[in-house]
Order: sequence, then C-alpha cells, then structure tokens
Amino acid sequence: MAAVLPSGGVSATPVAQRRSRTGYFLLLPGMAWLGIFFAIPFITLFVTSLQAPSPDAAGQFVPAFQVSNYAEAFLNYWPQFVRSLVYAGLATIFALLIGYPLAYFIAFRGGKWRGLLLVLVVAPTFASFLLRTYAWQTILSDNSPITQFLNFLHLLPDERILNTGIAVVAGLTYNFLPFMILPLYAALEKIDPRLIEAGSDLYASPVTTFRKVTWPLSLPGVVAGTLLTFIPAMGDYINAQLLGSTGDRMIGNAIQVNFIQFRDYPIASALSFILMAAILVLVFSYIRRAGTEDLV
Amino acid sequence: MRQVDDLRLDHLTKSFGEMTAVDDLSLTIPAGSFFALVGASGCGKTTTLRMVAGLEDPTSGRILIGDRDITGMRAYQRPVNTVFQSYALFPHLDIYENVAFGLRRRGIKDVKGPVESMLDLVELGPMARRKPSQLSGGQQQRVAVARALINEPEVLLLDEPLGALDLKLRRQMQIELKRIQTEVGTTFVHVTHDQEEAMTMADTVAVMNAGRIEQMGYPAEVYELPRTLFVANFLGQSNIISGAVAGSDGSMVTVSAHGAAFRLPGDRNSASGAAILVGVRPEKVTLLDAVDSARVPAPHNRVDGTVTDVSYTGVSTQYLVRTPWGQELTVFEQNDIVGDRAAVGDPVVMHWAVEHTFGLEP
Ligand SMILES: Nc1ncnc2c1ncn2[C@@H]1O[C@H](COP(=O)(O)OP(=O)(O)OP(=O)(O)O)[C@@H](O)[C@H]1O
Ligand SMILES: [Mg+2]
Repeated sequence: MAAVLPSGGVSATPVAQRRSRTGYFLLLPGMAWLGIFFAIPFITLFVTSLQAPSPDAAGQFVPAFQVSNYAEAFLNYWPQFVRSLVYAGLATIFALLIGYPLAYFIAFRGGKWRGLLLVLVVAPTFASFLLRTYAWQTILSDNSPITQFLNFLHLLPDERILNTGIAVVAGLTYNFLPFMILPLYAALEKIDPRLIEAGSDLYASPVTTFRKVTWPLSLPGVVAGTLLTFIPAMGDYINAQLLGSTGDRMIGNAIQVNFIQFRDYPIASALSFILMAAILVLVFSYIRRAGTEDLV
Repeated sequence: MRQVDDLRLDHLTKSFGEMTAVDDLSLTIPAGSFFALVGASGCGKTTTLRMVAGLEDPTSGRILIGDRDITGMRAYQRPVNTVFQSYALFPHLDIYENVAFGLRRRGIKDVKGPVESMLDLVELGPMARRKPSQLSGGQQQRVAVARALINEPEVLLLDEPLGALDLKLRRQMQIELKRIQTEVGTTFVHVTHDQEEAMTMADTVAVMNAGRIEQMGYPAEVYELPRTLFVANFLGQSNIISGAVAGSDGSMVTVSAHGAAFRLPGDRNSASGAAILVGVRPEKVTLLDAVDSARVPAPHNRVDGTVTDVSYTGVSTQYLVRTPWGQELTVFEQNDIVGDRAAVGDPVVMHWAVEHTFGLEP
C-alpha cells in the first residue's frame, strides 16, 4: 500500500482522490440502466412522434419533422386528456381522504400492530394489478350487493356502477391507495409525539394541534403520496378499460389504441409526449405551491 | 404581582403496569415560590410534572391550584406551561413563531412586542427567523424557556431546562429565571440534576426517591440536617458511620461505633431504635496533625486516622482519611492554611462540632 506512510514517496495516488473516483464507478450500473431503458426509448419515441406517413406504402412511416402530429393528437383526444385529469385528480383526493386517517391511526395508535397493519396495506399488491381490477368488475357489477344497496338508496344516477366513471375512479383510488398510505405513514411516524404534547401544553386544542403541528409536519408525506397516486393514475388505462364504458376512456386508452390497434405510431408517441409534458408541468407547479423546500 | 394560588398535589399516584412511578405524593407548593425537585434518574420527576401539565392521567389522587381541581382538565385548558426535557420545539416554525405559538392560540393578535422582548431576554433576538434545527443545543433550550415563559402561566414546569448550557450561560439563565420568577410571581417547579442550582435558586427543595418525596424544606435546612440516608448522600456528600445508641442524657445522644464514642443533639437524630448511622458533612470536619491532638476542643467528636489521598481542587483540598476500623472518610478543607498541608501517610485526627452531627435510621 503506497499511501499508508508519508515516506512512501511521490508515486502514491492520494487516498482521497482514489475514493472519489470509486464513487463515480458506483454510478455506472445505474447510468447504464437509465441509458438503455430510459434515454434510448425516450429518443426513439420522440423521433417517432415527428414521423410522417410513407408516400409509398400504406401503414408505414418515414422520418420527418411533422410537428402537426402534436396538434392532431391533441385536437382528437383532448376530451380524454381532460377526463384523465379529472379522474386521476378525484382518485388522488379520495385516496388522501381514505389514506390519511388510516396512516395516522397506524402511526400513532398502531402500537405493536404497526408492522402487521402496514403489511395488510400493501398485501393487495401481492396479487396482480390486472387480477385485482377484474375482481372489482365483480364487486361493482350490476347485481352485486353494493350496487343493489346503493340503488335501494337511489344514490346512483345511472342505476349502476360498472361501466361508469364512478367505477373508474373507484378502481383508480383502490389500486393506488397503498402508494398514498406508505409515504403518509413514513411522514407521520417521524413526528415526535412530544411536539403534539407541546401543542396541547401551549393552549392548542386537539383540532388546532392537528392543523398547526401534525398537518404541516406531514406535508412532505402528503406531497409524495399525492404524486405517487396522481402520476400513475393519470397514465393508467387498465381501470378505464375494465371498469368504464367507451365514454369513460382515459388518455392511456387512447395511447394504447393508437399503438396496438391503429398502429398510428406517430400519433401515439405524440400523445405520450403531451401526457409527459402535462404531468411535468402539473407536478412542478404543485410542488412549488406546496412550498416544501425540504421535500427532496 | 397578580393573584396566584398554591399548587397542591393530593395523594397523587401514577403506575405504569406493575411499576409505580409516583407513589402517593402529597405536597403543597406555595404560590409564587420557586420549588426545586431533585432526585436520581428514573425516580418519577418527569412523570410528576407531566401529571401537573395534564399530559399524563394520574392513576389516583388530585391536582389543585388553589381550590380549583384541575385533575380532569385537558392540558390545553390548564394555566400551566412546560419547558420540556427534550425541548420539543416545532421544527416547521421559526424561532419567532415558536415563541408566539401560545399567545396566538389564545387569540392574542399583537404578539410582536411580547415576542421580541422575550427573545431579547433570552438573547436570541437576531435568530428570530431561524428554524430550530439551525440553533445550537443551548440556544434551543433558551427558545424552549422563552416559548413557555411568554404565556405567563400560573405554574411553570421546568424539566431540566438548563441541562445543555455551559456554566457561564447556565448561571446567567439561572439569575434570569429567578428574576423573572420574582417579577411575574409565577410558581416555578424546577427539576434539575444540579444540586447547586437547586439550592441557589429554590425557596424549597424536595428530594425525591423511588416515587416519593424523602425530604423537603429550605435548601439550607435540608442540607444541614438530612433526615434519610438517601438525602444525606444525594444532596451533597456525607460521611456515614454506623453504630449503636449507647445512651441519652437529656438533649444529647451518645453513640458508640467501632470502639469510638460520638455525641449528637437529640433533635438531630432521626433513628428510631438503637441502630444508628452517625453522619457529618465533609466540610464540617477539621483535620489536625496527630501530634497536635491535644488542641481538639473537648466537646467535639473526634476520630483518629491516616491520610490516604489528597486532591487539591483550587478553593479547597479534599482528603481521604482511613479510620482505625478501615473506613475512608472525606474531609474538605478551605485552602486558607499557611504552611504544609497533610500528606498521604500522615497520622491525623479529625474532629467536628457535635451540632454538625446528625443521626439517621439505617
Ligand atoms: N410511558 C411510560 N411507560 C412505562 N414506564 C414509564 C413511562 N414513563 C416513565 N416510566 C417509568 O417511570 C419511572 C419514572 O420516570 P420519569 O421519567 O418520571 O423519571 P425522571 O425522574 O424524570 O428521570 P430523569 O431524571 O432520568 O429524567 C421510570 O422508571 C420510567 O421508566
Ligand atoms: Mg425526567
């Protein structure tokens, strides 16, 4: 080992320098993974989104710079965009409303059951996404007890749940709920119970203590949870396909149909890019508004 | 000064399962007094404060301020504030908002004046807009004190509030706390591990052991006349010699121990039977060279011995002296003697006034 003793001489590589280079080597697998599975498809997709139909062969596309693909994609599918936004937004709100009390309960009242309760939260994800959504087809079907009960109360405008927007939102809420609960739990669990005691010691009622102490301290979890729910829900197509009618299709369905059925690759790629851009803009403005500078 | 009432604990008990953390505690803390609670770690000090604050429900017993029974009141309804042992500052709020928290919750709109003067008081004015995580431990502690004090509660509970401060700042905060306490007339209940702090600041010191108060009173009173072995050893140091009561002539008790005889005033004896522990504080003992043993005043208690250790501590010198029966006693001498100090191996004689001797139940 050259660097052990100072008397070792000039040829020794300083330990610090060698160590920092090791750090970069550790990045290599990750960079390679990203390069192969993210950067290359990303570029291919972008190139495809600008292609034009081949003048020679029907159904073939040639490299071009046809920006009008984007306008066409948007004009044809803007209702699906809006619907995705609304459905994903609603699902996120419902997941937050259901998930927050649940995460709060597990974090503060769970005691020794915490671990088990958390396993139960993620347990549904052990079954495949598709399978669970099929199960919801049965749960929400027209002669299921739930539908019949709600009909009995005259609460359903179409007298059914399956093949309506309600079913899609319900499915999205259910499927992404664990991604809401886990970050919420992580944030709530970190809160020192003594802070809540300090709140009540300083004349804050339980409700005020929640508003002024617990809620602000759990905000990083709320931001993370809503993002982890909203982003995949926005791009989802399984729920709309299995639980909704043709009138409830989301942007994910449009992309899927264009790729698989119509084989209109430029339009499908353009839709993907519009979706990506929309999500990015939404997420950034959301994070800025949430104002959690110590989120990352 | 405003009208405040005594804080009374009435047969207060708290058990955690099998463990009794606070055991049938009854005491009255006079309004506007500075009450110090000392005791070994885990003896129930924090639990007692938490019950007064309303953060822990007593298993049995009552808590009263004057004639108002506050036992059933929720924490946020009590006229009591706490400086927590772990600060518990709100990490998402800056120092200013931490200090303003209590005032805002009580609907006080104009918080600027009080908050700024409070921050000046704890010398954190320039830090007002920092977050707690950007402060040192001692600064955080001062924020915790300011956050509680600004509410001018009837009772302020301080759970080792000065533990993280350096000596200079600690003394400064002690003086400051004492001044504020006198000024606003709040009752302070102060838990500390620093006995000197307890004795210099408090009107009343209570020594707690295993969930009970062993002894309480004026600091000097408790120090000069400990009534239990725990108090004698916990509050300051004591030399304890075990013996048996040999006789009692009116106001004096005579004890024989290891072939030596000691006398102590009857009203300084807490032992009920014949077995007794004779005690004396190390600074009450005077050391003489064995050749000068004739100079020991006749009524004094005396023990011969050999010096086994000398440690010079600046203001005083601490000696360990081995008695003929092999016990080591501690002697503190002021460093005001001219000439040679006793050295290790020197034969000496220790003596002290009968009035400084106390007797304890073994
Ligand atoms: N929530 C609790 N559950 C079970 N036991 C507890 C609980 N809180 C305190 N105790 C126990 O009660 C006893 C008294 O604790 P307490 O915190 O009052 O001690 P303390 O005198 O403040 O000690 P320290 O000086 O170390 O702060 C301890 O033995 C402790 O283990
Ligand atoms: Mg404590």
